[in-house]
Amino acid sequence: MIKEAGFLARADLQTLLDRLHDLGYRVIGPVVDDAAILYRDIDRVEQLPLGYTDDQAPGSYRLSQVDTPRCFAWADGPHALKPFLFAPRETMWQVARDSDGRLAFSAVDPRPAKALAVVGVRACDLAALALQDRHFLDHVNDPYYEARRAGLFLVAVHCAYPADTCFCASTGDGPRATTGCDLALHELDDGFIVEAASPRGHAVCDGLSLRAIDDDQRRAANDALSEAAHRQFRRLPSTDLHNGLLARLDHPRWEQVASRCLACGSCTSVCPTCFCHAESDAPSLDGNDSEHLREWDSCFSAGHAQLHGFQVRPEIRQRYRQWLTHKLGSWHEQYGRSGCVGCGRCITWCPVGIDITAEANAICADTIEEAP
Amino acid sequence: MNPYLPREAEIVSRHEESATTFSLGLRLTDGQPYRFAPGQFNMLYLYGCGEVPISIVGDDPVAGTLSHTIRAVGRVTQGLQQLAVGDRIGLRGPYGRGWPMAAAEGRNLIVVTGGLGCAPSVSIIHHVLDNRARYGHLSILQGVKHADDLIWREQYDAWAALPDVTVGLAADVASPGWHGHVGLVTALFDQVTLQPEQTLAMLCGPEIMMRAAAEQLHARGVAADDIYLSMERNMQCAVGHCGHCQHGGRFVCRDGPVFAWPEVRALLGVRGF
Ligand SMILES: Cc1cc2nc3c(=O)[nH]c(=O)nc-3n(C[C@H](O)[C@H](O)[C@H](O)COP(=O)(O)OP(=O)(O)OC[C@H]3O[C@@H](n4cnc5c(N)ncnc54)[C@H](O)[C@@H]3O)c2cc1C
Ligand code: SF4
Ligand code: SF4
Ligand code: FES
Repeated sequence: MIKEAGFLARADLQTLLDRLHDLGYRVIGPVVDDAAILYRDIDRVEQLPLGYTDDQAPGSYRLSQVDTPRCFAWADGPHALKPFLFAPRETMWQVARDSDGRLAFSAVDPRPAKALAVVGVRACDLAALALQDRHFLDHVNDPYYEARRAGLFLVAVHCAYPADTCFCASTGDGPRATTGCDLALHELDDGFIVEAASPRGHAVCDGLSLRAIDDDQRRAANDALSEAAHRQFRRLPSTDLHNGLLARLDHPRWEQVASRCLACGSCTSVCPTCFCHAESDAPSLDGNDSEHLREWDSCFSAGHAQLHGFQVRPEIRQRYRQWLTHKLGSWHEQYGRSGCVGCGRCITWCPVGIDITAEANAICADTIEEAP
Repeated sequence: MNPYLPREAEIVSRHEESATTFSLGLRLTDGQPYRFAPGQFNMLYLYGCGEVPISIVGDDPVAGTLSHTIRAVGRVTQGLQQLAVGDRIGLRGPYGRGWPMAAAEGRNLIVVTGGLGCAPSVSIIHHVLDNRARYGHLSILQGVKHADDLIWREQYDAWAALPDVTVGLAADVASPGWHGHVGLVTALFDQVTLQPEQTLAMLCGPEIMMRAAAEQLHARGVAADDIYLSMERNMQCAVGHCGHCQHGGRFVCRDGPVFAWPEVRALLGVRGF
């Protein structure tokens, strides 16, 4: 349960970062880099994107500066939490071969030198994290994910500045962070309402100089979140998408979207829930050892469903259909809910501006006979 | 325990089945016990090259060895083909859900295989013959594209000579000396006396073949729940993480590779899944 801890004056925000550093965390937060808001190592509040806001639309992302004292007046950029836990590329194990051809396998120790504390996480990414937890930890423990997940400390910021591409209100995952973090912040002009959501979060609060919260502050924060939800105009169909999409595998819209889709995989790489990865080997030149690696893969790539002499999805139409029927459909079978948390990244970062909500609505718009 | 880390295995025997198919007998060098169920598979690792999913054909608990039959088709499998007795590879497994051998006890079994999908079904046959009293009549129906593709010809003859075993062979294209049926493997259903309520079917091979076989067996009275099939997909992790083997909502590596027909029926043979 999230509980109010107190009000942190803007001038005291640095004490939160200091406290996390002092507790031994490697602190990650949003910074402006490469014309986008990305998560990077930070130690000073001056590194935060003070006065920046974003303009997002299908296929476009632009930062601009506005007259605000706020540091979190933007919606998520391309970075999610995902790369910090599920590495884009990593060595899983090594094998050494001796002169008799004997093989000795050894796993890479996945424990990070320091646990991570991430500041600025949004509700959609917390929901995505909960899904990745289920994928990588429920059935078989993924030791690499688990080691980075174990010490993770999360400071959420309730999202008062959704982008035009956001639709977390329609998926039920935002804009308010309700679960899965240690601390949550409401940003107001003069400071932050701090909420604690875990024993570790309460312990961090103990080291901060927090004041009492007054009703005006509370009202301003809540109003901003209701407005943020209302401002979102994109939504997924509210029907049963699992059966709805599977009943429409021959819909002409698949062909239309395929004629625009480049199969570039940008959508899957920015999606905070996509988990596909490919394994490969990198032998050393002297032939004495080899590394076994994995890196993010995409259902849009040609090799994804390659069998010997048989490609399961040779056409882009089939790959787009796989992505959508999996994300919005099969995830229900796998993890009891949709695989989409409404972050809108795949819409913004698609080079041709394909919009998952528009496609799902178009495909499900017509009423067709559904099996009872 | 790191679920991705292979164990070292030594090749203790090697047998050429055909120009492209070979069998390897393997012994795990760590001396730790290894158990599998028919229909499960291992990930075999070729040094410096990669891992491939390969069904477990059988084992010899006394000698502490297990065997695989492999068709050399690409990078890893052709590399494995070059190895000799004494060479080392990596092995992790067993993985997946195998054939329902317990549910099959007391029933007649019909094993239908197409093309080179024979390896997963050989483990069924070995299991039934090793535990003969527990199972009823065994029908083995094998179809191949070209008569020359058939491996283990003597093995089929030996099985056919056993009591309570029927063997039917079919080839789309015959060659001189072919005594089996010419045509689809499903045509062999006319040659076996099927007691549908007594029968449990196990299918393995191309999806189009499995779909046709399942539908025809069902039309002949075999309950949908009594029809099982083994699926094949690209597999890289074998533990339900990498996502390559997904078939609708199923992870074939973990939820399968053996499924009851109703579990996969909706998307079976549908192009793109
Ligand atoms: C559960 C299961 C059991 C299998 N059992 C056997 C067996 O007993 N004997 C046998 O000869 N073959 C079996 N196969 C098929 C075997 O795994 C492929 O032939 C092998 O992966 C091809 O790899 P390659 O590097 O030699 O070929 P390449 O064509 O060079 O492979 C390239 C890539 O495609 C993947 N790939 C290609 N074909 C397949 C395939 N059919 N299945 C999965 N991944 C594939 C490889 O893993 C690799 O990543 C089985 C496959 C599965 C899924
Ligand atoms: S599918 Fe698109 S909107 Fe949904 S979670 Fe993934 S990136 Fe975000
Ligand atoms: S939908 Fe857009 S981002 Fe995704 S693969 Fe197609 S073109 Fe690339
Ligand atoms: S093989 Fe990786 S998920 Fe099945």
